[in-house]
Amino acid sequence: MGAFGLITFGVIFTKLTLAHRVIRPLVFRQLYRAGLGVLPMILFLALALGLIIIGQTVSLLSRFGANRYLGMVMVTVVVRELGPMMTALIVLLRTGTATVVELGTARALGEVEALEALGIDPIHYFVVPRVLGMAIGLFALTIYMMLGALVSGYIWAFVQDVPLTPAEYFQQLADSLRWIDFVIIALKALTFGAAIAVVTCYHGLAQPLRLEEVPRATARAVAQAVIAIALTDAFFIIIYLMS
Amino acid sequence: MRALEMVGVEVLSLRYPDRVVLRDVNWSVEEKDYWAIGGLLGTGKSDLLATAAGLIPVTHGKYRIFGEEIAIGYEQGLIEARLKVGLLFDGGRLLNHLSVIDNVSLPLQYHENLGTVECRERATTLLEKVGLGDYTSRMPGMINRRLQQRAGLARALALQPKVLLLDNSLSGLDPREALWWLNFLDQLSADGITLVVAADDLRPWRGRARQFAVLREHRLIPLGSREQLAEHTEPLLQELLRD
Repeated sequence: MGAFGLITFGVIFTKLTLAHRVIRPLVFRQLYRAGLGVLPMILFLALALGLIIIGQTVSLLSRFGANRYLGMVMVTVVVRELGPMMTALIVLLRTGTATVVELGTARALGEVEALEALGIDPIHYFVVPRVLGMAIGLFALTIYMMLGALVSGYIWAFVQDVPLTPAEYFQQLADSLRWIDFVIIALKALTFGAAIAVVTCYHGLAQPLRLEEVPRATARAVAQAVIAIALTDAFFIIIYLMS
Repeated sequence: MRALEMVGVEVLSLRYPDRVVLRDVNWSVEEKDYWAIGGLLGTGKSDLLATAAGLIPVTHGKYRIFGEEIAIGYEQGLIEARLKVGLLFDGGRLLNHLSVIDNVSLPLQYHENLGTVECRERATTLLEKVGLGDYTSRMPGMINRRLQQRAGLARALALQPKVLLLDNSLSGLDPREALWWLNFLDQLSADGITLVVAADDLRPWRGRARQFAVLREHRLIPLGSREQLAEHTEPLLQELLRD
């Protein structure tokens, strides 16, 4: 799979402008599928995430009179960890699984050989648009997820009569954020998207498949993509701690 | 000039790499030849055509297209020679996510970087030529196998190949459709395109092709011209020509 990933990134850089009339619309289609198409679900989950975290922490923090840490909790839990991770898992379930099924079926029906016979690199046609679409789509969704959860968090705090003005809440958020957070969130989201795309495309495309093998390949891809997400997250935690 | 030339070629299966699918093939196709290659199921006809189209790497021996040695890959230098060879798979193998016209436009748009309008005009002309003018906007799943095969033919001709390889293109067709194919291929041959047809029944090609060969136990046995065919003692030939 490592070789598959390296080949994919090699193709992205060497064929950046090749056949742009074919590849660009495919990138936009993937961007829609891994971005805009998932946005309603992400916003709903952001609402729920704000409720869950605020619901649990307000009662705890109020007991110690520590409501001034509400913003810090939201930044630590939502911005640094749960926001990007949950977004990645949703994109994996919603778009990643569909990718394995699509590519696995295309492979089983001989469409990959048909592309090769036309002199079209299947990695360029099938994988590159998905890697770019999922990386950029997941990055955008992560931002919406975090903004949604932070706003819904304040709404739930307001409903629970926490004595906190919006200005105080957003000041707490701003005080808790560091410049490195923005860099790491961007890199993490882009890496999650690329990793999901590479793992799911690999399982759909890299080996000859029969139709009956597609469901098993999908299950394998999901398991490995979850591991890839967890390892990527651990890597960024280490970088954060070292910074 | 020799359009295709195989010298001592051995090919291994892509799916089962320890299985030999072609052994010791010595075969050359002159420009504007019309070959019919017969063989029972599973003797390597499709593998021979896939090798000739540059889709399967040669394990031993040499393979040249118009004098140029062929290697697997998608770098510009490598695909130029391969694009002189068009391959029509059994059943057409259209890309199921594209409409009929987009299937035919794809190689034009990818390799010649033409605009959508120009590509569609050229694709429409090709589709009208194969009698699919009324089916351009249909998806492959909405047309029957007979029409899919014709659309595959239009796509294989899109880049104006000098050599056209056809895999079992008459299998499962009614007599009227089979006659259409035979007449169409005669016309292509008269236009100067080199044709290589693989079939498990050589009878329809007896009066059409000019050179014959059979594949037995993964070995290609050239039989010579139409005139030499009647005198040949190859037992498999008698089976493939039996009325």
